[in-house]
Amino acid sequence: MIVRIMGEGQTEIDPSDLDVLNALDGELEAAIEAGDEEAFRACLHDLLDKVRHVGRALPDDSLESSELILPPADASMEEVREMLGDEGLIPG
Amino acid sequence: MSVMKRLSMIFRSKANNALDKMEDPRETLDYSYQRQLELLQKVRRGVADVATSRKRVELQINQIEAQSRKLEEQGRKALGVGREDLAREALTRRSSLQTQIADLRVQHDNLQAEEEKLTTASHRLQAKVDSFRTRKETIKATYTAAEAQTRINEAFSGISEEMGDVGLAIQRAEDKTASMQARAGAIDELLASGALDDFSGQRGDDIQAELDRMGGGHDVELEIARMKAELGQGPAPKSAIESGPPQQHQQPQQHQQPQQSPQTQQYRQPGEGL
Repeated sequence: MIVRIMGEGQTEIDPSDLDVLNALDGELEAAIEAGDEEAFRACLHDLLDKVRHVGRALPDDSLESSELILPPADASMEEVREMLGDEGLIPG
Repeated sequence: MSVMKRLSMIFRSKANNALDKMEDPRETLDYSYQRQLELLQKVRRGVADVATSRKRVELQINQIEAQSRKLEEQGRKALGVGREDLAREALTRRSSLQTQIADLRVQHDNLQAEEEKLTTASHRLQAKVDSFRTRKETIKATYTAAEAQTRINEAFSGISEEMGDVGLAIQRAEDKTASMQARAGAIDELLASGALDDFSGQRGDDIQAELDRMGGGHDVELEIARMKAELGQGPAPKSAIESGPPQQHQQPQQHQQPQQSPQTQQYRQPGEGL
Protein backbone atom coordinates (compact mmCIF):
# COMPACT_ATOMS: atom_id res chain seq x y z
CA MET A 1 0.00 0.00 0.00
CA ILE A 2 1.08 3.58 -0.67
CA VAL A 3 1.64 6.15 2.05
CA ARG A 4 2.31 9.82 1.43
CA ILE A 5 4.35 11.87 3.86
CA MET A 6 3.35 15.39 2.96
CA GLY A 7 6.25 17.46 1.72
CA GLU A 8 8.40 14.37 1.17
CA GLY A 9 6.56 12.22 -1.34
CA GLN A 10 5.17 8.70 -1.43
CA THR A 11 6.48 5.39 -0.14
CA GLU A 12 5.20 1.87 -0.63
CA ILE A 13 4.86 -0.23 2.50
CA ASP A 14 4.08 -3.86 3.07
CA PRO A 15 0.57 -4.42 4.51
CA SER A 16 2.16 -6.46 7.31
CA ASP A 17 3.69 -3.23 8.67
CA LEU A 18 0.30 -1.60 8.92
CA ASP A 19 -0.44 -2.79 12.48
CA VAL A 20 2.59 -0.97 13.87
CA LEU A 21 1.70 2.17 11.93
CA ASN A 22 -1.90 2.04 13.14
CA ALA A 23 -0.74 1.76 16.74
CA LEU A 24 1.51 4.80 16.34
CA ASP A 25 -1.26 6.64 14.52
CA GLY A 26 -3.58 5.93 17.45
CA GLU A 27 -1.06 7.50 19.84
CA LEU A 28 -0.80 10.51 17.55
CA GLU A 29 -4.55 10.93 17.57
CA ALA A 30 -4.66 10.65 21.36
CA ALA A 31 -1.98 13.34 21.67
CA ILE A 32 -4.01 15.67 19.43
CA GLU A 33 -7.17 15.03 21.43
CA ALA A 34 -5.30 15.66 24.69
CA GLY A 35 -3.82 18.85 23.26
CA ASP A 36 -0.32 17.67 24.22
CA GLU A 37 2.06 19.33 21.76
CA GLU A 38 5.13 17.54 23.08
CA ALA A 39 3.55 14.09 22.88
CA PHE A 40 2.15 15.00 19.45
CA ARG A 41 5.62 15.88 18.16
CA ALA A 42 7.16 12.69 19.54
CA CYS A 43 4.37 10.49 18.12
CA LEU A 44 4.46 12.19 14.72
CA HIS A 45 8.22 11.74 14.43
CA ASP A 46 8.00 8.10 15.54
CA LEU A 47 5.32 7.44 12.96
CA LEU A 48 7.18 9.18 10.12
CA ASP A 49 10.45 7.48 11.03
CA LYS A 50 8.72 4.11 10.95
CA VAL A 51 7.19 4.79 7.51
CA ARG A 52 10.55 5.94 6.15
CA HIS A 53 12.23 2.88 7.63
CA VAL A 54 9.87 0.21 6.30
CA GLY A 55 8.81 2.01 3.12
CA ARG A 56 10.26 2.10 -0.38
CA ALA A 57 10.17 5.50 -2.06
CA LEU A 58 8.05 5.74 -5.21
CA PRO A 59 9.64 7.37 -8.27
CA ASP A 60 8.85 11.07 -8.77
CA ASP A 61 6.95 10.49 -12.00
CA SER A 62 4.55 7.87 -10.63
CA LEU A 63 0.90 8.88 -10.56
CA GLU A 64 -0.52 6.70 -7.80
CA SER A 65 -2.98 7.91 -5.21
CA SER A 66 -2.15 7.18 -1.59
CA GLU A 67 -4.17 5.06 0.75
CA LEU A 68 -2.78 6.84 3.76
CA ILE A 69 -1.52 10.40 4.11
CA LEU A 70 0.61 11.75 6.92
CA PRO A 71 1.23 15.37 7.91
CA PRO A 72 4.63 16.97 7.23
CA ALA A 73 7.36 16.43 9.83
CA ASP A 74 7.43 20.09 10.87
CA ALA A 75 3.65 20.49 11.16
CA SER A 76 2.38 21.89 14.42
CA MET A 77 -0.49 20.26 16.28
CA GLU A 78 -2.68 23.24 15.43
CA GLU A 79 -1.91 22.86 11.72
CA VAL A 80 -2.83 19.19 11.79
CA ARG A 81 -6.06 20.04 13.59
CA GLU A 82 -6.88 22.53 10.86
CA MET A 83 -6.05 19.99 8.14
CA LEU A 84 -8.47 17.54 9.71
CA GLY A 85 -11.14 20.17 10.22
CA ASP A 86 -14.05 20.95 7.92
CA GLU A 87 -12.28 23.83 6.24
CA GLY A 88 -8.99 21.99 5.83
CA LEU A 89 -5.63 23.52 5.01
CA ILE A 90 -5.19 21.48 1.88
CA PRO A 91 -5.70 23.58 -1.25
CA GLY A 92 -7.41 22.37 -4.42
CA MET B 1 -10.91 7.58 12.76
CA SER B 2 -7.12 7.74 12.59
CA VAL B 3 -5.20 10.82 11.48
CA MET B 4 -3.71 9.27 8.37
CA LYS B 5 -7.01 7.80 7.16
CA ARG B 6 -8.85 11.06 7.72
CA LEU B 7 -6.21 13.03 5.83
CA SER B 8 -6.35 10.68 2.86
CA MET B 9 -10.15 10.94 2.81
CA ILE B 10 -9.93 14.72 2.72
CA PHE B 11 -7.57 14.56 -0.27
CA ARG B 12 -9.75 12.02 -2.04
CA SER B 13 -12.94 13.99 -1.56
CA LYS B 14 -11.26 17.10 -2.98
CA ALA B 15 -10.19 15.15 -6.05
CA ASN B 16 -13.68 13.70 -6.45
CA ASN B 17 -15.30 17.12 -6.17
CA ALA B 18 -13.05 18.42 -8.93
CA LEU B 19 -13.84 15.40 -11.12
CA ASP B 20 -17.59 15.77 -10.55
CA LYS B 21 -17.53 19.30 -11.96
CA MET B 22 -16.54 18.06 -15.40
CA GLU B 23 -18.90 16.33 -17.77
CA ASP B 24 -16.39 15.18 -20.33
CA PRO B 25 -13.39 13.42 -18.75
CA ARG B 26 -11.14 14.73 -21.51
CA GLU B 27 -12.02 18.24 -20.40
CA THR B 28 -11.05 17.26 -16.87
CA LEU B 29 -7.64 16.17 -18.07
CA ASP B 30 -6.97 19.37 -19.99
CA TYR B 31 -8.25 21.55 -17.16
CA SER B 32 -6.21 19.65 -14.61
CA TYR B 33 -3.08 19.96 -16.74
CA GLN B 34 -3.55 23.72 -17.00
CA ARG B 35 -3.92 23.95 -13.23
CA GLN B 36 -0.76 21.89 -12.78
CA LEU B 37 1.21 24.26 -15.01
CA GLU B 38 -0.12 27.22 -13.00
CA LEU B 39 0.87 25.54 -9.76
CA LEU B 40 4.34 24.82 -11.12
CA GLN B 41 4.73 28.52 -11.90
CA LYS B 42 3.56 29.35 -8.41
CA VAL B 43 6.03 26.92 -6.86
CA ARG B 44 8.89 28.45 -8.86
CA ARG B 45 7.82 31.93 -7.77
CA GLY B 46 7.63 30.65 -4.21
CA VAL B 47 11.18 29.31 -4.40
CA ALA B 48 12.36 32.65 -5.81
CA ASP B 49 10.56 34.59 -3.05
CA VAL B 50 12.09 32.50 -0.31
CA ALA B 51 15.54 32.79 -1.93
CA THR B 52 15.14 36.57 -2.10
CA SER B 53 14.21 36.72 1.58
CA ARG B 54 17.18 34.53 2.45
CA LYS B 55 19.57 36.79 0.55
CA ARG B 56 18.10 39.83 2.23
CA VAL B 57 18.71 38.32 5.65
CA GLU B 58 22.27 37.48 4.58
CA LEU B 59 22.81 41.13 3.65
CA GLN B 60 21.45 42.26 7.00
CA ILE B 61 23.73 39.84 8.84
CA ASN B 62 26.71 41.23 6.90
CA GLN B 63 25.72 44.83 7.68
CA ILE B 64 25.27 44.18 11.37
CA GLU B 65 28.48 42.15 11.52
CA ALA B 66 30.34 45.09 9.97
CA GLN B 67 28.87 47.38 12.61
CA SER B 68 29.80 44.85 15.30
CA ARG B 69 33.41 44.76 14.09
CA LYS B 70 33.47 48.55 14.06
CA LEU B 71 32.29 48.69 17.67
CA GLU B 72 34.91 46.13 18.65
CA GLU B 73 37.59 48.24 16.99
CA GLN B 74 36.27 51.34 18.74
CA GLY B 75 36.35 49.49 22.04
CA ARG B 76 39.96 48.51 21.46
CA LYS B 77 40.84 52.05 20.46
CA ALA B 78 39.07 53.53 23.48
CA LEU B 79 40.97 51.17 25.78
CA GLY B 80 44.15 52.18 24.01
CA VAL B 81 43.59 55.78 24.97
CA GLY B 82 42.65 54.90 28.55
CA ARG B 83 38.91 55.40 28.18
CA GLU B 84 37.56 52.20 29.70
CA ASP B 85 34.09 53.76 30.05
CA LEU B 86 33.84 54.29 26.29
CA ALA B 87 35.22 50.81 25.61
CA ARG B 88 32.63 49.32 27.93
CA GLU B 89 29.85 51.21 26.15
CA ALA B 90 31.07 50.07 22.72
CA LEU B 91 31.29 46.45 23.82
CA THR B 92 27.85 46.59 25.44
CA ARG B 93 26.37 47.75 22.16
CA ARG B 94 28.34 45.11 20.29
CA SER B 95 26.88 42.46 22.57
CA SER B 96 23.32 43.44 21.66
CA LEU B 97 24.26 43.31 17.98
CA GLN B 98 25.60 39.80 18.49
CA THR B 99 22.17 38.80 19.82
CA GLN B 100 20.56 40.26 16.71
CA ILE B 101 23.01 38.38 14.48
CA ALA B 102 22.28 35.09 16.24
CA ASP B 103 18.55 35.68 15.80
CA LEU B 104 18.97 36.49 12.12
CA ARG B 105 21.05 33.36 11.62
CA VAL B 106 18.19 31.25 12.94
CA GLN B 107 15.81 32.99 10.53
CA HIS B 108 18.31 32.45 7.72
CA ASP B 109 18.56 28.72 8.44
CA ASN B 110 14.76 28.43 8.49
CA LEU B 111 14.47 30.15 5.15
CA GLN B 112 17.20 27.98 3.67
CA ALA B 113 15.41 24.82 4.85
CA GLU B 114 12.15 26.13 3.37
CA GLU B 115 13.88 26.90 0.09
CA GLU B 116 15.32 23.38 -0.11
CA LYS B 117 11.94 21.81 0.63
CA LEU B 118 10.21 23.87 -2.05
CA THR B 119 12.93 23.09 -4.58
CA THR B 120 12.45 19.37 -3.92
CA ALA B 121 8.67 19.74 -4.20
CA SER B 122 9.10 21.64 -7.44
CA HIS B 123 11.22 18.87 -9.00
CA ARG B 124 8.78 16.22 -7.81
CA LEU B 125 5.80 18.09 -9.20
CA GLN B 126 7.58 18.75 -12.51
CA ALA B 127 8.19 15.00 -12.94
CA LYS B 128 4.56 14.21 -12.10
CA VAL B 129 3.24 16.88 -14.46
CA ASP B 130 5.36 15.49 -17.31
CA SER B 131 4.09 12.01 -16.52
CA PHE B 132 0.48 13.27 -16.36
CA ARG B 133 0.78 14.99 -19.73
CA THR B 134 1.95 11.77 -21.40
CA ARG B 135 -0.83 9.76 -19.78
CA LYS B 136 -3.43 12.40 -20.57
CA GLU B 137 -2.60 12.36 -24.29
CA THR B 138 -2.65 8.56 -24.36
CA ILE B 139 -6.06 8.45 -22.67
CA LYS B 140 -7.49 11.10 -24.97
CA ALA B 141 -6.17 9.35 -28.07
CA THR B 142 -7.76 6.04 -27.11
CA TYR B 143 -10.83 7.49 -25.47
CA THR B 144 -13.85 5.29 -24.89
CA ALA B 145 -15.96 6.46 -22.00
CA ALA B 146 -16.11 3.40 -19.74
CA GLU B 147 -12.53 2.27 -20.14
CA ALA B 148 -10.99 5.68 -19.94
CA GLN B 149 -12.97 6.90 -16.94
CA THR B 150 -11.10 4.60 -14.56
CA ARG B 151 -7.71 5.57 -15.93
CA ILE B 152 -8.65 9.23 -15.79
CA ASN B 153 -9.70 8.88 -12.18
CA GLU B 154 -6.42 7.19 -11.28
CA ALA B 155 -4.27 9.74 -13.08
CA PHE B 156 -6.32 12.61 -11.74
CA SER B 157 -6.28 11.39 -8.12
CA GLY B 158 -2.54 10.89 -8.25
CA ILE B 159 -1.76 14.33 -9.55
CA SER B 160 -4.49 16.01 -7.51
CA GLU B 161 -3.02 14.62 -4.32
CA GLU B 162 0.44 15.79 -5.31
CA MET B 163 -0.93 19.24 -6.11
CA GLY B 164 -2.63 19.41 -2.73
CA ASP B 165 0.59 18.45 -1.02
CA VAL B 166 2.74 20.91 -2.94
CA GLY B 167 0.04 23.57 -2.62
CA LEU B 168 0.19 23.23 1.14
CA ALA B 169 4.00 23.44 1.10
CA ILE B 170 3.76 26.68 -0.87
CA GLN B 171 1.13 28.08 1.46
CA ARG B 172 3.25 27.35 4.53
CA ALA B 173 6.37 28.80 2.90
CA GLU B 174 4.45 31.96 1.99
CA ASP B 175 3.25 32.36 5.57
CA LYS B 176 6.74 31.92 6.99
CA THR B 177 8.29 34.21 4.40
CA ALA B 178 5.67 36.92 4.91
CA SER B 179 6.42 37.20 8.62
CA MET B 180 10.16 37.07 7.88
CA GLN B 181 9.83 39.84 5.29
CA ALA B 182 7.92 42.06 7.69
CA ARG B 183 10.68 41.62 10.23
CA ALA B 184 13.42 42.11 7.64
CA GLY B 185 11.70 45.29 6.45
CA ALA B 186 11.67 46.66 9.98
CA ILE B 187 15.38 45.95 10.40
CA ASP B 188 16.10 47.51 7.00
CA GLU B 189 14.34 50.68 8.14
CA LEU B 190 16.32 50.75 11.36
CA LEU B 191 19.55 50.24 9.46
CA ALA B 192 18.65 52.97 7.00
CA SER B 193 17.33 55.55 9.45
CA GLY B 194 19.69 55.02 12.34
CA ALA B 195 16.65 54.94 14.60
CA LEU B 196 18.54 52.50 16.77
CA ASP B 197 21.96 53.66 17.81
CA ASP B 198 23.04 50.04 17.90
CA PHE B 199 22.37 49.60 14.22
CA SER B 200 23.47 52.97 13.00
CA GLY B 201 26.88 53.03 11.46
CA GLN B 202 26.17 56.39 9.87
CA ARG B 203 24.53 58.60 12.46
CA GLY B 204 24.56 59.21 16.18
CA ASP B 205 27.88 57.43 16.61
CA ASP B 206 28.80 59.17 19.83
CA ILE B 207 31.60 56.74 20.64
CA GLN B 208 33.35 57.59 17.39
CA ALA B 209 32.63 61.28 17.93
CA GLU B 210 34.22 61.13 21.38
CA LEU B 211 37.23 59.22 20.07
CA ASP B 212 37.60 61.71 17.22
CA ARG B 213 37.34 64.61 19.65
CA MET B 214 39.99 63.12 21.89
CA GLY B 215 42.08 61.90 18.98
CA GLY B 216 41.99 65.10 16.95
CA GLY B 217 45.19 64.27 15.12
CA HIS B 218 46.56 62.57 18.20
CA ASP B 219 47.47 59.47 16.21
CA VAL B 220 49.74 61.62 14.05
CA GLU B 221 51.23 63.29 17.14
CA LEU B 222 51.85 59.90 18.72
CA GLU B 223 53.53 58.68 15.57
CA ILE B 224 55.73 61.79 15.44
CA ALA B 225 56.59 61.49 19.12
CA ARG B 226 57.46 57.80 18.65
CA MET B 227 59.69 58.61 15.70
CA LYS B 228 61.34 61.40 17.69
CA ALA B 229 62.05 58.99 20.53
CA GLU B 230 63.58 56.53 18.10
CA LEU B 231 65.81 59.27 16.80
CA GLY B 232 66.70 60.33 20.34
CA GLN B 233 65.08 63.73 19.86
CA GLY B 234 62.59 63.53 22.70
CA PRO B 235 60.99 61.44 25.43
CA ALA B 236 59.00 58.32 24.54
CA PRO B 237 55.34 59.12 23.88
CA LYS B 238 52.65 58.31 26.41
CA SER B 239 50.35 55.66 25.03
CA ALA B 240 47.22 57.14 26.58
CA ILE B 241 45.55 60.48 26.52
CA GLU B 242 46.32 62.26 29.74
CA SER B 243 42.98 63.87 30.30
CA GLY B 244 39.85 61.83 30.80
CA PRO B 245 36.40 62.87 29.74
CA PRO B 246 35.05 66.21 30.99
CA GLN B 247 34.32 66.31 34.76
CA GLN B 248 36.27 63.14 35.28
CA HIS B 249 39.25 62.39 37.44
CA GLN B 250 42.44 61.31 35.80
CA GLN B 251 42.11 57.88 34.22
CA PRO B 252 43.88 55.02 35.90
CA GLN B 253 46.91 53.50 34.27
CA GLN B 254 46.09 50.35 32.35
CA HIS B 255 47.73 48.06 34.88
CA GLN B 256 45.55 49.38 37.71
CA GLN B 257 42.14 48.03 38.65
CA PRO B 258 39.46 49.58 36.43
CA GLN B 259 37.16 52.09 38.03
CA GLN B 260 33.43 51.86 37.84
CA SER B 261 32.37 53.28 34.51
CA PRO B 262 30.33 56.45 34.73
CA GLN B 263 26.60 56.35 34.31
CA THR B 264 25.92 56.14 30.64
CA GLN B 265 22.89 57.13 28.67
CA GLN B 266 20.27 54.41 28.24
CA TYR B 267 20.21 53.17 24.69
CA ARG B 268 17.27 51.51 23.07
CA GLN B 269 17.75 47.84 22.55
CA PRO B 270 17.24 46.15 19.20
CA GLY B 271 13.61 45.34 18.67
CA GLU B 272 12.30 48.10 20.92
CA GLY B 273 9.71 50.30 19.38
CA LEU B 274 9.15 47.94 16.46
